[in-house]
Amino acid sequence: MTGKRPPQSRGSTAIVGTGYAGLGLAPGWTPLELLAGATERALADAGLTLDDVDGICAGTFYHFWPTLSAAEYLGIRPRWSNADSVGGSSFLAQVLQAALAIDAGLCEVVLIAYGSNARSSRNVNGLIEIPRFEAMYAPPVPLASYALAAARHMHEYGTTRAQLAEVAVAARKWAQLNPDATLREPLRVEDVLAAPTVADPLTRHDCCLISDGGAALIMTSAGRARDLRQPPIFVLGAAAAHWHREISQMPDLTRTAATESGPRAFAVAEVEPSDIDVVQVYDAFSINTILFLEDLGFCKKGEGGQFVANGAIAPGGRLAVNTSGGGLAFVHPGAFGLFCLIEATAQLRRQAGARQVDNAELAVAHGNGGALSHQCTVVLGSAATL
Amino acid sequence: MLQRSRKSGIYLFYPRSFARGVAGEDLEWVEASGKGVVYSATVVRRKSEQGGNYNISIVQLAEGPRMLTRVLGVEPEAVRIDMPVLARVERPSWADSAEPVIMFYPAHRS
Repeated sequence: MTGKRPPQSRGSTAIVGTGYAGLGLAPGWTPLELLAGATERALADAGLTLDDVDGICAGTFYHFWPTLSAAEYLGIRPRWSNADSVGGSSFLAQVLQAALAIDAGLCEVVLIAYGSNARSSRNVNGLIEIPRFEAMYAPPVPLASYALAAARHMHEYGTTRAQLAEVAVAARKWAQLNPDATLREPLRVEDVLAAPTVADPLTRHDCCLISDGGAALIMTSAGRARDLRQPPIFVLGAAAAHWHREISQMPDLTRTAATESGPRAFAVAEVEPSDIDVVQVYDAFSINTILFLEDLGFCKKGEGGQFVANGAIAPGGRLAVNTSGGGLAFVHPGAFGLFCLIEATAQLRRQAGARQVDNAELAVAHGNGGALSHQCTVVLGSAATL
Repeated sequence: MLQRSRKSGIYLFYPRSFARGVAGEDLEWVEASGKGVVYSATVVRRKSEQGGNYNISIVQLAEGPRMLTRVLGVEPEAVRIDMPVLARVERPSWADSAEPVIMFYPAHRS
């Protein structure tokens, strides 16, 4: 490397296919079957076949070598693969790495796929790896980790219980516009406030679903993308950062590594947060949305609670956030990162139905892994943004 | 006991063999003050037949590092951020384990 070449080439790769399978409850289906079902739909969406796929990224809670398991199941022989395992944001990191691999000529068509039967199997053991110096306190993870972050944010910035509730209510209102969403019955702020806490200050309404489901997306070079079935959604920039694994080792519980990944991704994409039309952040818990809106620069640190108040991120609000209903109300099969990317793609393609955001050209998909640990920001744009 | 870097004076928790800012041969074990303050706290809600509600806290030790722990001696709801606490090494009442662990108690009753 000469150091002169930019690390990423803005818009040189694109998302060209997306698919879901078995969202919600899919008893009897294995994680790989769900992954394969989503892959079939994503390829059909793109107008490609498995014969075109020469790169694969995958992750599950159930496979130690997920790309080997998935590629063998699908019967493909990739020449490039990546199973970066950093929690729910793995798939956003894989978009960054797939873009670089395609740019470098290591492969041309990359499948990024996920499958989980977390709900029907009740097996989320792959998520739970409590270290030796913490296990004896029996923290319910990840719930306690996010409760501790929410408590600290309320303490430092005066964020209120009602402001956390606004996040859950906004997610529910978006979910009511999404026919695939799991939770579509009305939810009011007062319902959240009246609910008992599960780990103070969080109630069950502040916590994501546990679902079954598979998801997949297909990426290729911008050149090849132009000949495919769907309008290409270009990867304008992406960046990742991580500062800790366990919540006890997080340098500041109110400030995530998204403060680093966000600005780096925006710089590559040559956009500002104020340019963004649609925001998809990984809302494992209601506090996440507040933290990431702050850390990505949509509002100042400490003002996330006020920012989301009065329906500001609900349909018709000042900023369209988590338009699928998010992990809180749409679906959450153990990891949600791929779903952030797929919803951002749907919005930029103008295929989001009743929840379509007008004139959506620029979107951010932001993934969170672990206990606010790994942060990965991907900026996506329509052809108009190139 | 806590690990400390002789060179930089930095304390480590959890114990490590090598990390940024310290070299392996640079680390020594020193007596910890046992003092800390609650950095954040939650009440984990459990039915009484499952053992009842309990506290999970992150305590910032006077020496600098933070650790996950439980604050005992008061109702879980009474544990507050910034509350000064003192460490005790005890066998946990909630586990069958014979291993004693580090717990914290409020430093003064108010």
